[in-house]
Amino acid sequence: MSGTLSRRDLLLAAAAIVAVANRSEARSYSGSVPWYPGLADAPQAAGGGGLEFFTEAEAKFVDAAVARLIPADHLGPGAREAGVTTFLDRQLAGPYGRAERWYMQGPWHDGTKSQGYQSRLSPAELYRNAIKSIDGHCRQAFSGRAFAELSADQQDQVLTEIEKGKLKIKDIGPHTVEIEGAKGPHSDTFFAVLMQNTVEGFFSDPIYGGNKDMVGWKLIGFPGARYDYRPYVARHGEKLDLAPVGIRGRPGWNEQQG
Amino acid sequence: MAKKLPAVDVALVGFGWTAAMVAEELTAAGLNVLALERGAWRDTPTDFAVTFAQDELRYMWRRSLFQEPARQTLTFRNSMDQTALPMRHLGSFLPATGVGGAGIHWNGQNWRFLPTDFIVRSHNEARYGPLPENMQVQDWGVTYDELEPFYDKFEYLCGISGKAGNIKGQIQDGGNPFEGPRARDYPNPPLDMVYGPTLFAAAARETGHKPFPCPAANMSRAYTNPLGVTLAPCTYCGFCEKFGCGNYSKSSPQTTILPVLMRRDNFELRTQCEVLRVNCDSSGKRATSVTYVDTEGREFEQPAEMIFLCAFAQHNVHLLLLSGIGKPYDPKSGEGVVGRNYAYQVVSSVDVFFDDKIINPFIGAGGLGVGIDEYNGDNFDHGGLGFIGGGYLACWNTHGRPIELHPTPKGTPKWGAKWKEAVAKNYLTTATISTHGAVMSYRSNYLDLDPTYRDVHGRPLLRLTFDFGENEHRMSDYLTERAAEIAKAMKPREIHAKKREGHYSVVPYQTTHNTGGAAMGTDPKTSFVNRYLQSWDVSNLFVMGSTVFPQNAGYNPTGTIGALTYAALDAIKSKYLKSPGPMVQA
Amino acid sequence: MKIAATSVFLACIAGLAAEAAAADTSFVQVERGRYLVTAGDCVACHTASGGKPFAGGRPVETPFGTIYSANITPDRETGIGAWTDDEFYNALHSGIAPSGAHLYPAFPYPYFTKATREDIRAIRAYLRTLDPVKSSPPPPDLTWPLGYRFLMSGWNSLFFDQTTFEPTAGKSDEWNRGAYLVQGLGHCGACHTPKNFAGGDESEHALQGGVIQGWFAPDITNAERTGLASWSTDDLVQYLKTGRNAHSGATGLMAEVVADSTSKLSKQDLHAIAVYLKDQKRQQSESNETPSQTVMAAGKAIYSDSCSGCHQMNGKGVPGMFSPLAGSASAQSIDPTTLIRIVLQGTRTVPTDARPTPSTMPAYGWKLTDAQIAAVLTFVRNQWGNAAPAVETGKVENVRRTVQGSSRAAR
Repeated sequence: MSGTLSRRDLLLAAAAIVAVANRSEARSYSGSVPWYPGLADAPQAAGGGGLEFFTEAEAKFVDAAVARLIPADHLGPGAREAGVTTFLDRQLAGPYGRAERWYMQGPWHDGTKSQGYQSRLSPAELYRNAIKSIDGHCRQAFSGRAFAELSADQQDQVLTEIEKGKLKIKDIGPHTVEIEGAKGPHSDTFFAVLMQNTVEGFFSDPIYGGNKDMVGWKLIGFPGARYDYRPYVARHGEKLDLAPVGIRGRPGWNEQQG
Repeated sequence: MAKKLPAVDVALVGFGWTAAMVAEELTAAGLNVLALERGAWRDTPTDFAVTFAQDELRYMWRRSLFQEPARQTLTFRNSMDQTALPMRHLGSFLPATGVGGAGIHWNGQNWRFLPTDFIVRSHNEARYGPLPENMQVQDWGVTYDELEPFYDKFEYLCGISGKAGNIKGQIQDGGNPFEGPRARDYPNPPLDMVYGPTLFAAAARETGHKPFPCPAANMSRAYTNPLGVTLAPCTYCGFCEKFGCGNYSKSSPQTTILPVLMRRDNFELRTQCEVLRVNCDSSGKRATSVTYVDTEGREFEQPAEMIFLCAFAQHNVHLLLLSGIGKPYDPKSGEGVVGRNYAYQVVSSVDVFFDDKIINPFIGAGGLGVGIDEYNGDNFDHGGLGFIGGGYLACWNTHGRPIELHPTPKGTPKWGAKWKEAVAKNYLTTATISTHGAVMSYRSNYLDLDPTYRDVHGRPLLRLTFDFGENEHRMSDYLTERAAEIAKAMKPREIHAKKREGHYSVVPYQTTHNTGGAAMGTDPKTSFVNRYLQSWDVSNLFVMGSTVFPQNAGYNPTGTIGALTYAALDAIKSKYLKSPGPMVQA
Repeated sequence: MKIAATSVFLACIAGLAAEAAAADTSFVQVERGRYLVTAGDCVACHTASGGKPFAGGRPVETPFGTIYSANITPDRETGIGAWTDDEFYNALHSGIAPSGAHLYPAFPYPYFTKATREDIRAIRAYLRTLDPVKSSPPPPDLTWPLGYRFLMSGWNSLFFDQTTFEPTAGKSDEWNRGAYLVQGLGHCGACHTPKNFAGGDESEHALQGGVIQGWFAPDITNAERTGLASWSTDDLVQYLKTGRNAHSGATGLMAEVVADSTSKLSKQDLHAIAVYLKDQKRQQSESNETPSQTVMAAGKAIYSDSCSGCHQMNGKGVPGMFSPLAGSASAQSIDPTTLIRIVLQGTRTVPTDARPTPSTMPAYGWKLTDAQIAAVLTFVRNQWGNAAPAVETGKVENVRRTVQGSSRAAR
């Protein structure tokens, strides 16, 4: 019954609770660099399961669109196979979709190109509005068919129009009715966001729902979330073929049976 | 009503590089120092650990470590005839928030400015005649020789890896022969060089240049600095800029100063406390306190004997304007000093595509590269070129993060099967030469308060009116052409020279080297602080950081910020503390 | 401005100290007591979280229940101000309070009994200089029948050897000084000696390492693989003084011991401790089964992707920053409890004035599964010439359960 058994870790534990509880509040620090065992600002992985943001119809649009932006071909899987739709769904359901970090106060003006994004639509609203506008446009131009129902060539044709900003996206905001006088962005704004997000979903860590089986990284030879290339610095010009590693590892981390 | 708190000797606004340096030196001098930081505490093992720091989406694209525009941003326009609009999300530059500031997520490219950079106006006028009328460049009021010991001090604090090019006037083989004379070599040898920069070095040499390893705040070996704080060797993980370092191998306030500072009982840090204004007494000659707000919206008045503005460059200017300290700059009359002389950096690049050479861009470190300095500052004859100043060219291997880096040759479609093929083909086999050019100050480039848009506290946003001038475009084009020549000498399949064209835009990331707005100088009519970074008007108020640059040079600013800070502290300790008051008579 | 005031204040302090030293020999006695209190790390147990130093009330969890440390400030009612010097001596030497009640050996009198009467008098002299604090610790909360203090007399007759330290003939003065500190006030064995069913020391295995509430205090004999054989005497002194040396850094419970106690001891005493510990020889049997190749392969993959950025592929680490694992005694401890805990929760090397860098291993508990932690530890324990039993997944599961609650992600 030696009481010295447990003694000191209690102090550490007490300090820790403070550290965790007050992370988002004003705090005073002095005397030492704080640290608490187990504390880690670990990433929030995308959840499994069904769609969190997109409707089924929207998901079909995104699936079809990203499959044209980064198609599956002889080089390997494309954005659709990499799970980019799931990635986008989780992103738009989260803080990015809600533009939580963005300055979203009016007044709203179009501005110049050099002034950047000036739509009052958050990314989630932009997608919702844009998909509605584009599918509406497709139904008109292609006898009632939505974007996802078009041939690959037709889809490429529509995407090219969107890229060039030829379509106007109706700003129906987060609401269901169009607000009078509210100006929607041109479709090139949406295209730029869509392509950027598609590349993100194709090349980001698999924990976010895209880059499934690290297919994006394998396509180009990026070894992923490694932290030590010292053994390779001097190996000039050598193709290293390192297995890509995600934040949650790679298949080799688990004991291979048989 | 703000609750009044007990006075301290020194209050610091913001807690990044300069604040940590000020706090360390002044607590060592026996003063009570309080730092007020608007962001949260963060440190290596908990906030950017090796277990999750290498996450491109989260840190680069979702901006986890940076300032949230929802809380604070600025409005921007290219010229006075436009309506400035808010920068709604970050792009061109990435101001920090949180303990350590941008010292957490910098690359670690740590340079000294050239001796002539500090006398830009007098030197260039003497050599090339009068400068254009709208160009507002001025001498700094301090010389390279005066700053040399403090550059040295900052380099030894950080453990910079590099190779001297000029030790006490003796040119050193393999170093930068154009640099000002230094008292001694860098504390650490250069990083091990990877393939791309090695190819660049050979081509640069072949074309008559003198390439050298760029000075890096990434450790080439374990290093213990003069404060007794140890850093570990860099592992070339390729997640430096925009990321925190997970294994203590990049210099930051956390890895060089805080372990010692935080142990001192005359230092206190308050996080999540945002300073709203600096208060002066009725004479307007003495700052008495700062008012800050905590996360619950409570306001506090914190009296202090000395106040240091150590926030990001633009925020210091914002705070001065909101506090009504110093005369706001008026571009029409050219009078006033607060907001004057805003400048930036002009960058461009040349992609160098190989068929047969595997570059492995992912083996990287923030300061890992080879540079040449033939076209920087006044290292070359500008006669007939139509511009002054210059920049360095460098082939960096900072990272291979694929959302950001997937170079494609000119003419490649922006999406679809051909894009995918080009990305797959060129990712491992492309090197890039970057140019990093100076930006001069102009009468029409400035900072003031926006008439329309407000921040989360209801204060007017800062308004930035800025565009590149003729000088910048000519100079950047010149640099890009030189880079293309060396690129061709690397014998690639093809190159793609990407000049900086058109107006300055806040959209694409360029650099976070925003400078000016409360310039240093010799004349209170054209500068806000004297050579010791002390306000001419309010002698117990000091402004740190690149806010005080009268214009920007062709180098990354951190080394010079460090040197200016230590030089100011040296004067504060030897002069001001003995006899508080103006250290330079106007 | 406070600058002038500060220097005046410093001058006063200096004057005061000089006067006290010159005027009264009891200053020497008090300072000696202060030093011995540091050597005994009394403050660690006798201070509650957020409480006044030495005012007690810190809960000490034992496998048999919770005991609260005593108030040892000079308050006459709640502290020890009313105790005579003899009563104080009796408490430390015999484990008996002035009331005649037996103390629980959570208070390590089985070690303090070795201390000389002179030293205990000096400790008392120092404690008498503290500000009295009125504070009564809660009564102990022990499993029946241990609440009966008289039972302790039985325990004492079984496990308590009440003898003042006697120098060993044939050993140097330094060795004996080390022995005195290790066996006595330093009470190293309280953690580093394995305990029997009743919490008494297994004295035949003295200092060979013991489990203490979720930690394994390592073997500090001179044993070849798991002990201090690869450390020089100076390595050991450096470790105790600065919290780290080329082999290792003090973490976990030892971090506090270094911060509060050993870093403040004289180099001579630390050297004496080192000389004594280096002389604690023992034989180890080496009969490890070779771990499964598939486990080693998985462990190697995890290590190269997740650990080498600090500890390097060759396991040599970065001395003073990241502990070397190749040849490390801790890595090869018979009991892997501490290793598992470190991987789950991370660990910090204690910062000291001499070595202020708080180099810290991050938590992996959220990132690696139990099987992955078992694999990577098995790899570390059996690579680069290391040899130690494989770590079982079930063991990781147990330790994870122990530390759960504290191993959560922030935000």
